[in-house]
Amino acid sequence: MASNQADIKRYGERCLAELANLEHKTIGISSRTREASLKVGLALLLILAMAFIALPVVALFLKSPLDTTLRSLHDPVVIDALRLSLMTSTITTITVVIMGTPIAYVSARFHYFGKELADSLIDLPVIMPPAVAGIALLVAFGRMGIVGHYLDGLGISIAFTTLAVIIAQVFVSSPFYIRQARTSFEDVDLAYENAARTLGASRVYTFFHILLPMAMNGLISGAIMAFARSLGEFGATIMFAGNFQGRTQTMPLAIYTAMQGDLDVSICLAIILVAFSFVVIFLVKTLTRRRVYKSAGN
Amino acid sequence: MLEIDIRKRLRDYELDVKLDVARGEILMLVGDNGCGKTTLLNLTAGLQNPDAGKISLEGRVLYDSALKMNVPPEARNIGYVFQSYALFPHMSVYDNVAFGLCTRNLSKSEIKLRVKDHLEAAGLWEIRKAKASDVSGGQKQRIALARALIIGPKLLLLDEPLSALDVRRQAHMRKELRETIRACSVPCIIVTHDLRDVACIGDRACLLDKGKVALIGGSDEVMIWGAGKESPASPGYSGEAKAI
Repeated sequence: MASNQADIKRYGERCLAELANLEHKTIGISSRTREASLKVGLALLLILAMAFIALPVVALFLKSPLDTTLRSLHDPVVIDALRLSLMTSTITTITVVIMGTPIAYVSARFHYFGKELADSLIDLPVIMPPAVAGIALLVAFGRMGIVGHYLDGLGISIAFTTLAVIIAQVFVSSPFYIRQARTSFEDVDLAYENAARTLGASRVYTFFHILLPMAMNGLISGAIMAFARSLGEFGATIMFAGNFQGRTQTMPLAIYTAMQGDLDVSICLAIILVAFSFVVIFLVKTLTRRRVYKSAGN
Repeated sequence: MLEIDIRKRLRDYELDVKLDVARGEILMLVGDNGCGKTTLLNLTAGLQNPDAGKISLEGRVLYDSALKMNVPPEARNIGYVFQSYALFPHMSVYDNVAFGLCTRNLSKSEIKLRVKDHLEAAGLWEIRKAKASDVSGGQKQRIALARALIIGPKLLLLDEPLSALDVRRQAHMRKELRETIRACSVPCIIVTHDLRDVACIGDRACLLDKGKVALIGGSDEVMIWGAGKESPASPGYSGEAKAI
């Protein structure tokens, strides 16, 4: 009888243990399944996102007839547009870097009355539609604009000139550089600047020898972003500078003009613009990587 | 001699400090976190501005609110070793130590000579080409000290110079640090949390409590406080130290 009871007890314990084990297994399987499905979901999302970005670029290359693309390179319209785009974007980037770096430094390191307002104003062109920016520039610097009116009296005309292209590009691309530069300066610990100051360096010396080299990578990314934004600028340019070949017709404007006549030609122009943008950005990144390595090594 | 008598309103309390440090003397500054130790060093170095008061070093006024005088940090000639050492990571060990001399427009040959002397004295000549971010904690401490000493400072400020080192290295570095500072014969203030630093390095010690000097005296007196005696700020305190 006693043995029977002991058997029943052991049997009960075994059953309970198996039940617990089963529950454990169930939890393990369901958690693994959940993890696997999460991974699959994320992978699908990533593939979809990559396809969404890559597909239009790939389509551009697939749809472009090679012979037309090569022939386009000799077309005066393309040569003019390409030359103008590269020239204005380069001047714009240099202007934005020279003007934007001190602004970003002040914004990163100093507190002053109206700082929030100034920062918001700097960021405004990012959210402003380019067409609106173009109209705003026209009413400010156009012949009948509030500043342009006086400039016209002095014989200076800005609207519908190459200078207007550059002004439009500076207006829309400067926040891209200034925001990035501001973050890069903020990321440099103030202790480095303080150390330089106690060692006898003035604010200016400290800026050029400590802050600037340490923030350089961020500044270069900001400049590349500003260059890319300038190269692709369309809305503000067409509104403020017009669409004149050799003077204000940049590559995006030439693509738009070509598209109204022949889609193939506009595709070829688009291909050329993508290729040039890629080469420029790749070159800048490669060269600056070497430069940073050099300064760190010595 | 360094003479400090300054006040500055901080977020939670007012820093109100009056103390002096003789030439060749090492004053250890101790106190709880947030009691104003690093702020006091920054105010002395000119990295922050006091609200009122006066700071003078060897008879030269560095800050005087009454006279509206405020010498900028680069003109104070103060050697400051930061808690994180703040070695410039994009420069080599050599360039870090040479930095202070480069700002003084000295000739390249003179800079090289002086940097070589300091690097050799600190045992750093062999690693002069290494990136400052790649060297060990002990080497960083030596580089930071060499960088501060090469400018021939009139005052040395060290903010927890040993805190980033492991315990075994600390014991060795305490002795080395004391000898190096002694050789400079300038007033020196060292901020520390470690009472072993107070005992081994300092000539005098100052206890800060919410921006006020709670106790100033020999290192052993602050050691007594630190060993768990009654707090000098408490009403029952009857230590021999000069409580202010």
